[in-house]
Amino acid sequence: MKFRLVPDDTRIRFMRARVIAMAVSGLLMLGSVVALFYPGLNFGIDFQGGILMEVRTSGPADLATMRRELNQLGLGEIGIQEFGAETDVLIRIGRQEGDEEAQQVAVMAVQDALGDLYGDDISYRRTEFVGPKVSEELLRAGVMAISLALVAVLIYIWFRFEWQYGVGAIVALVHDVLLTLGLFAVTGLEVNLTTVAAVLTIVGYSLNDTVVIFDRVRENLRRYRSMAITDLLDTSLNETLARTLMTSLTTLLALFSLYFFGGEVIKGFTFALIWGVLVGTYSTIYIATPILLLLNLRAIGAKAEGKGEADTGPTIEGPGPARRSKAGG
Amino acid sequence: MKALQPWKIWLVIVVLVGAIIAAVPNLFARDTVEAWPDWLPKNQINLGLDLQGGSHLLLEVGVDTVIEERLEDLVSEVRLALRRERIGYRGLGVQDGMVRFTLTDPSQTPLARAQLDEMNPLLSPDMFGIGGGREFTVVDAGDGRLAIGFSEEGRAERVRAAVNQSLEVVRRRIDELGTREPTIQRQGDDRILVQVPGVRDPSEIKELLGRTARLTFHMVDMDASLSEAMDGRLPPGTMLVPSVDPEDGVPAWVVQRRAELSGENLVDSQPTFQDNQPVVSFRFDNTGARRFATLTQQHTGRLFAIVLDNEVISAPRIREPILGGSGIISGSFTVESANQLAILLRAGALPAPLTILEERSVGPDLGADSVAAGQTASIIGIILVGVFMALYYGRFGLIADLALFSNLVLILAALSLLQATLTLPGIAGIVLTIGMAVDANVLIFERIREEMRAGRTPLAAIETGFSQAMRTIIDANVTTLIAALLLFEFGSGPVKGFAVTLAIGILTSLFTATLVTRLSVLAWYRHTRPATLPL
Repeated sequence: MKFRLVPDDTRIRFMRARVIAMAVSGLLMLGSVVALFYPGLNFGIDFQGGILMEVRTSGPADLATMRRELNQLGLGEIGIQEFGAETDVLIRIGRQEGDEEAQQVAVMAVQDALGDLYGDDISYRRTEFVGPKVSEELLRAGVMAISLALVAVLIYIWFRFEWQYGVGAIVALVHDVLLTLGLFAVTGLEVNLTTVAAVLTIVGYSLNDTVVIFDRVRENLRRYRSMAITDLLDTSLNETLARTLMTSLTTLLALFSLYFFGGEVIKGFTFALIWGVLVGTYSTIYIATPILLLLNLRAIGAKAEGKGEADTGPTIEGPGPARRSKAGG
Repeated sequence: MKALQPWKIWLVIVVLVGAIIAAVPNLFARDTVEAWPDWLPKNQINLGLDLQGGSHLLLEVGVDTVIEERLEDLVSEVRLALRRERIGYRGLGVQDGMVRFTLTDPSQTPLARAQLDEMNPLLSPDMFGIGGGREFTVVDAGDGRLAIGFSEEGRAERVRAAVNQSLEVVRRRIDELGTREPTIQRQGDDRILVQVPGVRDPSEIKELLGRTARLTFHMVDMDASLSEAMDGRLPPGTMLVPSVDPEDGVPAWVVQRRAELSGENLVDSQPTFQDNQPVVSFRFDNTGARRFATLTQQHTGRLFAIVLDNEVISAPRIREPILGGSGIISGSFTVESANQLAILLRAGALPAPLTILEERSVGPDLGADSVAAGQTASIIGIILVGVFMALYYGRFGLIADLALFSNLVLILAALSLLQATLTLPGIAGIVLTIGMAVDANVLIFERIREEMRAGRTPLAAIETGFSQAMRTIIDANVTTLIAALLLFEFGSGPVKGFAVTLAIGILTSLFTATLVTRLSVLAWYRHTRPATLPL
């Protein structure tokens, strides 16, 4: 009845491929940075200001007619797309020249035009309008939230572990954030408030994963004092591999259910999270952990012993009380 | 074996039973729950506007207008005072936010200053007795050049008063719509957040809030020539006011600058009919009624203009003195516009125009669709994860499922009790928590497996597994909690809702992992005393 995702004696030599993996990650990060400038992020109305309307027509919507009529209003670029169903249409109107008043005028103009076209056969499911003032504030708050999250995490890890772990975790997080933004840039997915939420959740998730493995590395550093550091990292990764995969799988199961059944409105959000889980899991193994190697973690292990850490040595029997009492690190 | 202390078992039972009771009202319709007796829990989860449909409007009070208008008033006050005291001046006007003028005879400066000081009231001190400065600052630039403008406290006080008054007027206007539980609150220095659930058509609200609704009554200058006035040659003391619909006869009116009466004197206003035409009736308070009576007695036979927000609605002829203090505004109204004007007049005028900075309106249909989709996704997600865990960990998987279920009940209970707002991203947060809550159990089970492989007895494996995994669980969850708190701080609306469910989910999953899973595993072990663990 039961099965194992990872056989008990799994010994994958993760660290062997670290150079290739880090090179690939480096390239992907570079690519993401380039993509941020070209083609660039597709900011939604939250961060750029503008108008977004979701309407439902009684029959299948005639996008061509709608596009022709609305383009006659002279409101600049108007995006019209089907949204989840044949009858549902998403209309995006860019930020209008002028102040907040001008934006409201545009909303009215579009509603009038659609009213002429469809009469009572149209319903407004959603009308969102963000003026220039608010969009600037939202963008600032979003950037602030993500930056603060990274700093807060760095401090927390530093406090709980050693600085090397903090650096490893942060580089992994920057990697995750960059690749997520890169994905948004390449696919042209709209970046809005929920994207910030998605990025912060990815930060939380990826970190969760990283902390679990770091925790094991720290424990193994005390347990196997003479093991080569590469082997030690591999051992730690292998020991936690079952958990890493299980958690990713259950989270992905929940996310896919959201993606397919949660409705059109949060599809982009869920998509980002799915990507984040994949990237986050990868970055823990191939970014955060190899950085420990680069920063010569063994020295820290030695220092910890020098501090008179009550270590029960390489025994793996017996619930050494020291192992538990020193758990706080 | 020190665990399985009775108090822990009782704690878990009490918390879970309490949570189930607190979560139960969510299974019923709101009307059903409201009919329940008072001793039953009635708190249901607050659905955000994106789920129940409704309008979110962020408004800005045009405080600059208030300041400018006050300065214009100050100009007239200064002019009157200087004339009364026969002080010669030139160049009186507003410049750089201050009323400035130059005395023809600089030796009269002390006299003029005394006049300015007289019109400079003391501000009332705040509750701590601090403040209480003057509303204005007076600047003497020498050579008879004087200026008077708002002091810092004076300006702040004026802005605060304007925003508070706007808040009150907005509340009265929204209340007139009779919607359920609108939220109207101040945000920042000069913003007002309006949230109205369940509105089908937000344009009605927007129209209602988009108007200042300042009503004034002016005498029409019947001798002035309109064409000359349109060319900019106005008789002194008059102004040109456009007609509300210029096609209908006169494009504009020349009226006395001074308002004889204003909307402040109104006590009631209702839409009604006159000759089958929609009109708006109004009634003055005592002062207003007396003034209106005098006015209509003195000016019988002449025209007076009813001006709303700088547009003449109508300019009827006074046929006879009106002594009862009530009257009728006729014009080209429809039933709706008459009703709207009546609401606006009842609710009073805004001290300053409002600008809509942000609008998010969701129709009730989309809200209902989102709730349905969210429910489906959650249920499917839970079933998938639950089945997977049971398949993977066997009996222990079922224990994890018990923890998962407890987790869900706890989240629903917490949301109901805290009256936190559940949004669509919030539902996503719950689903995500379902996936991640399992993580704590996975960490524990994997650790127990490892300890067993290391040759421990089942009980020792369980004990060590829990204590070793717990440290990791706490470290890992604190980091996610940090992200959730930042989201709450910097997020707005729906995103805040996501942060709330994420944070609650982390706390409840800590509870279920440390207590529910642990006690269940120990209870099961005590009951069966297996030689090996089926893990």
